[in-house]
Amino acid sequence: MLAHSILFYFFSFIAVFSATMVTISKNTVYSVFFLILVFVSISILFIMIGAEFLGMIMLIVYVGAVAVLFLFVVMMLNINEQVLKKSNRKGFINNISVGSVVGLIIFLELLVVIGGWKYKDSFIPLSSIKIDIQTTNTHELGRVLYTDYIHLFQISGMILLVAMIGAITLTFTKRDNIKKQSYFKQILRDRESSISMVEVENEKGVKLDD
Amino acid sequence: MIEVGLGHYLTLASIIFVIGVIGVFLNRKNIIIILMSIELILLAVNINLVSFSIYLQNLTGQIFTMFILTVAAAESAVGLAIIVVYFKNKGSINVEHINSLKG
Repeated sequence: MLAHSILFYFFSFIAVFSATMVTISKNTVYSVFFLILVFVSISILFIMIGAEFLGMIMLIVYVGAVAVLFLFVVMMLNINEQVLKKSNRKGFINNISVGSVVGLIIFLELLVVIGGWKYKDSFIPLSSIKIDIQTTNTHELGRVLYTDYIHLFQISGMILLVAMIGAITLTFTKRDNIKKQSYFKQILRDRESSISMVEVENEKGVKLDD
Repeated sequence: MIEVGLGHYLTLASIIFVIGVIGVFLNRKNIIIILMSIELILLAVNINLVSFSIYLQNLTGQIFTMFILTVAAAESAVGLAIIVVYFKNKGSINVEHINSLKG
């Protein structure tokens, strides 16, 4: 119980600190690394309260795929050369004031909601979750996901497909100076268009088009 | 205070959510950090759903967390593709310079 509390405060402190560093860090590569740190600590929290499948999925999807995607884009675009100009300083301070006012209002509203929450009578402290070996979290999730939510599951697969096609079509560029194999041209060739009989003169040879 | 309950997790989620929102407002340098702030906001929503799902002993919250994960991955892929195309055309992803629409 005590260990759970200590670990909760430890990892949530790391998560909040690195989330702050994501937004205020000067170097974009560092903010990607801090984003990875946020995801790792939050997934450890998920595993601690008994949602171990989601914790592992968070590690695989976010750290393994999304953060690496961010890193690739940051390294490809080479943005570190762009510096904040002097003229932007005034707008920057303006943004800070507006942003912190809006953020503070949202935070106070959320605190009111959390503080006014009426807890259930049979209160389960989240630290007393026992992991059942017989029916694991993964087993239970699969039992619900593939029966009750099968249509939503398939629609989420379609969303991923559409996102993949969209990303490929957006970044696809057609280049002219590259020789490529054209299947249609290959199939449509016939004997008349490709073979010609040439009378070869002696000691002169034949000049061929390339 | 020492006993960690639902309220602690909700407070953590709201702190991360607010950091994400402030990050969207604060950042004028490049648009990639705005995308990362949106990821932070979605992560805060995920924390809320998972902690309620454990607290109420109901698996629906975890199922919906997986769907949010899917949508977040798709969104970041398409957003980064748009950023790459924009950088190819304009040579900069500074948020101050993105004013072609005069919005």
